[in-house]
Amino acid sequence: MAHGGRIAASSALLAAAAAAFVLPDWIISLATIAFANGLVVLGLIVMWRAGLVSFGQAMYYCIGAYAVALIGRWTGVTDAVALVLIGGACAGLVSFVVGFLLARYREIFFAMLSLAFSMILYGVLVKTESLGSTDGFSVIVPTFLGYAPHQEKLLVALYWLVLAVCAIAALLVDMYLRSLAGALAIPVRDNEIRVEFLGMSVSRLIHTKLVISGLLGGMGGALAALAVGHVDPNMSYWTTSGEFVFITILAGAGSVGSAFVGSLVFESVRSFAFAMLPQLWQMLLGSVLLLTILFLPQGLGSLIVRLGWRRNAGAP
Amino acid sequence: MSAPILSVRDLGKRFGSLIAARDITVSVPAQQTVGVIGSNGAGKTTFINMITGHLRPTKGTIHFEERDITGMPSRRITGMGISRSFQVAQIFPSLTVFDNICAAAAIGRAPKTFMGHVRTPLRSRESIAEAETLLELFEIARYRNRLAATLPQGVRKLLDIGMAVAGSPRLLLLDEPTSGVSIEEKFNLMQVVMSALRNRKITVLFVEHDMEIVERFAERVLAFYDGTVIADGTPTATLADARVQALISGPKVKGAVAHV
Repeated sequence: MAHGGRIAASSALLAAAAAAFVLPDWIISLATIAFANGLVVLGLIVMWRAGLVSFGQAMYYCIGAYAVALIGRWTGVTDAVALVLIGGACAGLVSFVVGFLLARYREIFFAMLSLAFSMILYGVLVKTESLGSTDGFSVIVPTFLGYAPHQEKLLVALYWLVLAVCAIAALLVDMYLRSLAGALAIPVRDNEIRVEFLGMSVSRLIHTKLVISGLLGGMGGALAALAVGHVDPNMSYWTTSGEFVFITILAGAGSVGSAFVGSLVFESVRSFAFAMLPQLWQMLLGSVLLLTILFLPQGLGSLIVRLGWRRNAGAP
Repeated sequence: MSAPILSVRDLGKRFGSLIAARDITVSVPAQQTVGVIGSNGAGKTTFINMITGHLRPTKGTIHFEERDITGMPSRRITGMGISRSFQVAQIFPSLTVFDNICAAAAIGRAPKTFMGHVRTPLRSRESIAEAETLLELFEIARYRNRLAATLPQGVRKLLDIGMAVAGSPRLLLLDEPTSGVSIEEKFNLMQVVMSALRNRKITVLFVEHDMEIVERFAERVLAFYDGTVIADGTPTATLADARVQALISGPKVKGAVAHV
């Protein structure tokens, strides 16, 4: 982020945090879920820039969520920050392991293989009766460094936690995208042979991106599990992955902030559409995506760039 | 005489029953410019691919600056100072010319560790300065802000070679630098490339089909036939060799471009 971008992002963050005092509960809980999902989208953007689209990102989302739920159930750890970190770490570890295989594939093969992994997890969870099978099970009520809020206060505390995690993740990912390893995404997408013969390992570059997006996906899932208070196998189902890809297209891969803007817009449009047109809400959602592709092919995020928030917009 | 920068001994490569290269023994002193000629399938590219680590030789050894690099993976060999360009220019089409070179320069300068890659910025002061120098050296500075996808063929080739040079190699292998370039442009292109490489004191091996270019730019010529070197010497001597004329270049016709 250029200097101006950092200031804009910090003011947006402060405004979002302050909004908790004035906005009604339902909007805060909507925003909590939207920003948690935004983390998953941020992970997809990291891969998207290198030309990779994962149709199985929900697997990491689900792993993060189930990790939080299971640890809460088995060990009695209730600290939200610890749970989110553990959720992210579990998903990151899985992405590291499957990354050895996934990093060899590109395009549709990469998309389908990641989809297959997520559906295996879905299948296993559905068959596991001790974890509630298709019903899933509920997640403990989190505490925050010993502070145990309830009702509205819990809602706001979770909202702020999500904002804090998103802000840190956005900053770190932004730094990564500016580093050599991150900036080589476009060269990798363009011409792997050249990158290899310049002395850089393409599969290692891609493996790193997979782990980053796995970590982000896991943390997003962990936060969503805490916010919803319940986990079920649908978190790993392909429609969930599809939704994340949908938001990524809506958001565009232009900047880190677009992940959160896109996710917030998506959740809002879905809620309003559902309230206004209970039978046809998917059509409305589809139309929004169609219009975005037609008029903003670089996604909603390109609006941020156009507003001139990023002075160095050309930096890849 | 100093030790050779590249020393290849008894090199051979088999693909099943096909012998792509055999008994190649060559040593190249630093800063020499060597032309490599031979008809299609004579083993020129196999030879280059073995030096760059793209193919693993089935026999023989390759030493670079007195270190054994036989069978090393290509990334390590690149890191040691051997770089290559390609018959079909390998560039990043959706980046500008400047960003292409800058990325190459940044990779060449980055520490070869994972954290090094995460900590190094793409546009550091050194990589920008190196990119600027190379743009001037290869005379492509006026294309700096053009997307690489829109470049004419000759500029693509120059960019490809410029990117190979950005990693500061000591040995550069050019696989048909003038292929795909019109006859009128060829000499000019080679002139730019060779003076740039001399400026950087780089040892060069280039594969070339155009005998006039070989004669004009090489100090020494290796003639390949059937997987091995059949003649090795000054351009005049090699091109006058009876076997070379019979098998590769054809008898020399005055004023005509010998092409195989």
